[in-house]
Amino acid sequence: MAAMSAPPREAFRLSQLLYDARYRSLTIQVIASILIMLLLVELVNNTVTNLAALGKDISFGFLWTTAGYDINQQIIPFTSQDTHARAALVGILNTLVVAVLGCILATIIGVLVGVLRLSKNWLVSRLMGVYVEAMRNTPLLIWILIVFAVMTEATPQPREFREGGSASMILWDSVAISNRGVYIPRPVWGEGSGLVVAVFLLSVIGIFFLRAYARRRQEATGDQLPVLWMSLGLFFLPALLAFFALGRPIGLELPELGGFNFTGGIQVRNSFIALWLALSLYTSAFIAENVRGGILAISKGQTEASFALGLRPNRTMQLVILPQALRVIIPPLISQYLNLTKNSSLAIAVGYMDVRSTLGGITINQTGRELEGMLLLGIFYLITSLIISSFMNLYNSNVKLKER
Amino acid sequence: MKKTLIFGAMAAAGLAAGAVSAGTMDDVKARGTLKCGSNEGLAGFAAPDANGVWNGFDVSLCRAIAAAVLGDPQAVEFVPLTSQTRFTALAAGEVDVLIRNSTWTYSRDTDLKLDFKGVNYYDGQGFMVQKSLGVSSAKELDGATVCIQTGTTTELNLADFFRVNNISYEPVPVATNAEGQQQYLAGACDVYTTDISGLAATRATFENPGDHVILPEVVSKEPLGPVVRHGDNEWGDIVGWTLNLLIAAEELGITSANVAELAAAPTANPEVNRILGTEGELGAMMGLDKDWAVRVISAVGNYGEVFERNIGEATPVGLARGLNAQWTNGGLLYAPPFR
Repeated sequence: MAAMSAPPREAFRLSQLLYDARYRSLTIQVIASILIMLLLVELVNNTVTNLAALGKDISFGFLWTTAGYDINQQIIPFTSQDTHARAALVGILNTLVVAVLGCILATIIGVLVGVLRLSKNWLVSRLMGVYVEAMRNTPLLIWILIVFAVMTEATPQPREFREGGSASMILWDSVAISNRGVYIPRPVWGEGSGLVVAVFLLSVIGIFFLRAYARRRQEATGDQLPVLWMSLGLFFLPALLAFFALGRPIGLELPELGGFNFTGGIQVRNSFIALWLALSLYTSAFIAENVRGGILAISKGQTEASFALGLRPNRTMQLVILPQALRVIIPPLISQYLNLTKNSSLAIAVGYMDVRSTLGGITINQTGRELEGMLLLGIFYLITSLIISSFMNLYNSNVKLKER
Repeated sequence: MKKTLIFGAMAAAGLAAGAVSAGTMDDVKARGTLKCGSNEGLAGFAAPDANGVWNGFDVSLCRAIAAAVLGDPQAVEFVPLTSQTRFTALAAGEVDVLIRNSTWTYSRDTDLKLDFKGVNYYDGQGFMVQKSLGVSSAKELDGATVCIQTGTTTELNLADFFRVNNISYEPVPVATNAEGQQQYLAGACDVYTTDISGLAATRATFENPGDHVILPEVVSKEPLGPVVRHGDNEWGDIVGWTLNLLIAAEELGITSANVAELAAAPTANPEVNRILGTEGELGAMMGLDKDWAVRVISAVGNYGEVFERNIGEATPVGLARGLNAQWTNGGLLYAPPFR
């Protein structure tokens, strides 16, 4: 019979696509991807058809028309005569400011709380436990509104700062805390201030070189330099010397009460403070748990071994525990940073003009371009998140276990 | 990942858009209730009372439409919408009609694909400040902090007014009237700006309304009216002519008190007869029965009754008729003839 004496490399038959295990998975994948494509085509088609039925086209031309509205917090200049695209950019910068500052503050609080929660002091560790649970288990929006309500209801109005009013400025009349925000002095950059800044930046770079030199020296000779004191000195002294040598070129413009509001200085708006604090406090609770988990993940044997080698507790923490704990802490920290950035879109609740409020709020409302606006907004958050996570991954590959 | 996001957004829009295909009138009749997009709470215009029953000037127009189409002024489901969400909600078919202090503007009528079916309140934007500030004109507001509802025409008018007068201000965007009120009372802003009717309504709810003044400047024209989706003309006719009916009824002296009597038998005035269905078949031309006007007037009364009951001078809101008087009394209300 021909079939029985068939050669081992028989010709491909169509039925093999279904009955031959070698090809079956391929068949299923091809069919599944065709179905998914059809579904997507149908969705896009449906959207376009329905939008056309409503008489709406998809167009991004609205970005180049006049915005017509004003934005209170501007990092780059903006007037109501600028375009919607520039309004979106102002919003993007506001989002980034609150996200970056939020990540920094959340990390500082988170690390502190995480370490303190492991403290042997019963009261401290329990207090930190209460903090973490209270923050983690309530919605972020509530914290934003609470901070905002405290900032607007419990602080004095600017007019209270007038003669005979009940409020006064703090820190030698340089800072005013009002229900419209905190007014802080603004640095005035006089002639020669660039030189002071340059000296300062140089000394910061110098600190890095100093530390590298100190490490090399210690590895070669075993001598330790007082790195902390030398760094601190390098940080302050050259810049201060330059500052006074050049005749104090950097001045301060203090906030002053004029008309309805304070003028001069920098106004840190309540909406910003509420969003920044609430985002930081909320995210710090999650970071604290990451930190605690990371430290607990390092076995006790490491500590004991390091003690046996004669290292003191703080050197043990610094040289043995933390470098290993960071490997556990960094990956979940990335997602906390991403969460914080995306959660900043709750800004609209307190009227902080982030990109969700400008592009995704007023612009959409004034132009009626919901789909386009939301698409742009989605793409912005996506790109931002990808950039943050790629930077953090870079750092992660720096601290992760090096296999040699 | 990026694709998923784009298609997800499109899918959402596609599904939303799919819901508005059929005629709105058939949808409303099949559902048995009218979905009326209304304010989240503005005393005198649209606000639920202690028993949860919605009342107000805009609410009455919703009830009038429900009485005309469904025969029951209570068959209304009120959907509170913020100034930001209102047009999207209407376009997506979440509400049948939007009666929410919405200003009739060119771009909303054309670019947003909405239809304004008339004006139920002729308004203008104003500024409210605390009396103790001693401000008597909006032009003295240089440097002031202004609370403003975001996503409104007032936001654009405000920017224009301050730019034209070359004075500066600090906008504090708020999402709702309630939030604006809270911020203003806490002193987080010096000025609250919105339509003057809205300012009066808000002030009426204050503990000491006398401590606040509305400045004399009216910086814009704000014709407020009911809005429907573009393209559903039968439904648009019903909304528009229900409003015209309320206005015409006041002009012709038809009130909730005398409507039953006038409708019992033909009167000497042929237009009254045509409206009330004792002469001709006007109701059928819109796809309604001939008693629709009788139901509307007996449910809510005529325009003047609705005005006086909700926002008139006897109420806490205390608005004068002003521009909103009949044309025969020097106002702008002028209903086309029922013929």
